[in-house]
Amino acid sequence: MEGTAVRGRLTWQTATVAQIIPETPRTSTIVFDVPEWAGHRAGQHLDVRLTADDGYRAERSYSIASAPGEPVAITVERLEDGEVSPYLTEELRAGDEIELRGPIGGYFVWDPATDNGPLLLAAGGSGVVPLRSILRNRERSGSAVMARLLYSSRSLADVIYRQEFERPGSGLDVIYTLTRSQPEGWRGHAGRVDDALLAEVAWPTGQEPLAFVCGPTSFVEGVAQGLVGLGYPPGRVKTERFGATGGRQ
Amino acid sequence: MNPLDGNVIGGLLHEVFGVEMTDASGTCANCDFTGPVAQTVVYLDAPGTVVRCRNCSSVLMVFARIHERYCVDLRGLAALEAR
Amino acid sequence: MSPISRGFHGRRRTPAGEEGRVPPGQYVTTDFPVLSAGPTPHTPTEKWTFSITQGGGALKSWTWDEMRALPEEDVTTDIHCVTRWSKLDTHWQAVSIDTLLEQVEHQASFVLAFSDGGYTTNIPVQDVTGGQAWLAYGYDGGPLPAEHGGPARLLVPHLYFWKSAKWVRGLELLDHDKPGFWETYGYNMYGDPWKEQRYAGD
Repeated sequence: MEGTAVRGRLTWQTATVAQIIPETPRTSTIVFDVPEWAGHRAGQHLDVRLTADDGYRAERSYSIASAPGEPVAITVERLEDGEVSPYLTEELRAGDEIELRGPIGGYFVWDPATDNGPLLLAAGGSGVVPLRSILRNRERSGSAVMARLLYSSRSLADVIYRQEFERPGSGLDVIYTLTRSQPEGWRGHAGRVDDALLAEVAWPTGQEPLAFVCGPTSFVEGVAQGLVGLGYPPGRVKTERFGATGGRQ
Repeated sequence: MNPLDGNVIGGLLHEVFGVEMTDASGTCANCDFTGPVAQTVVYLDAPGTVVRCRNCSSVLMVFARIHERYCVDLRGLAALEAR
Repeated sequence: MSPISRGFHGRRRTPAGEEGRVPPGQYVTTDFPVLSAGPTPHTPTEKWTFSITQGGGALKSWTWDEMRALPEEDVTTDIHCVTRWSKLDTHWQAVSIDTLLEQVEHQASFVLAFSDGGYTTNIPVQDVTGGQAWLAYGYDGGPLPAEHGGPARLLVPHLYFWKSAKWVRGLELLDHDKPGFWETYGYNMYGDPWKEQRYAGD
């Protein structure tokens, strides 16, 4: 399949931090300036590598938050006990150098030219990041596919990209479910995604929908099983599991 | 610690095989289950990376980074087809 | 040449005064990371047995109750994982491997520990005897949690912690050193953290 295989060596390259944009109390978007970036597809990720002055190294994977054609960006959630995420969200500054390699991924990707069917995107927490790349790509490409985002978040304050998702005219249905706390007067869903909520939001199978599910393993497995239970062919439910650390441990 | 899936080792696989492998198709030597590498069950914590069949949990692949090289065991795969 | 990440230190916190207890290249952690190569087995104690085997047959086996009837020791020790974390003063309730091995007649020089789920690791007999190794079923005063190797795991704290096989079900006696799971993939056959023997050839 043309364009599926990424030809050529995947090497570490040095990028510069162009901008850091705080998104929510726990997350920030980091925009990179990558001199030899070959472009990316919506849904792909990149690996970041940090080196301390004594040579100690740490590597993590982060989904690309921007659409193909936009500057490469990731959105990082700061984990309390994290080794890398506190550094990226609290210490890193514009102008700093950082090693990264990418883009990576040939399965959890959406290409408007080849992928059909209304999109059902299901996000658990920071799992929304690659789905945002897909949605931005959908908009930039002028795609007419219908899209619905089911977004499970701890609280409304933890919802990333909210303004973007709720922008009128985006043609996107967003359904939130807030699992830990809800604002006063909240009339949306609360608690974890269950089969009933899935049945409500999932496109009927007759429309040959394509689902992308991303987030913690337990979220992904629950939603994926639920969708298959609704009749979605397993091949039409693409999944990407994040660890407690939001990626690689 | 819940295991992840083959998406997270996309970089490692590319390093080892020289091409993108998450959408490659893998067949389990134990139970014949075939699916995308991205859907395998991945246990990431070092000492090494262990990739298991989502159907029967058998080990498909093991990667251990020893100094600057990878030791790779693919004996658990009956077939691996890159796209 | 990788650029240095300004201001990045990683997890390197060795409490003041503890430097002598921490082998080279390690950092001290206060939590207890769970590292696994596969799904967590859940063997009920009613079905659990521990065996010393040789040449394909069991020389001696203990049921859970038989094992628990053996003298219990409280062990407080530091543990060192090859992934660079060390945990100081961990508390275990355990039976000494000496107590188990004393009950069989053998001339073996090595053991290959084997576990539920297929994991194996090799250790010289002289490193699992002389009060250096235990079969641990309790952690911090409670039953050893499954994610940490319960119902029982091997505990050999003077070697890197991959040698302390979780979900252990027995020791195979051998006259030669045979690589276990990680050793087959290039990890050190012995694994002395004080000599930083992480990989083969170290």
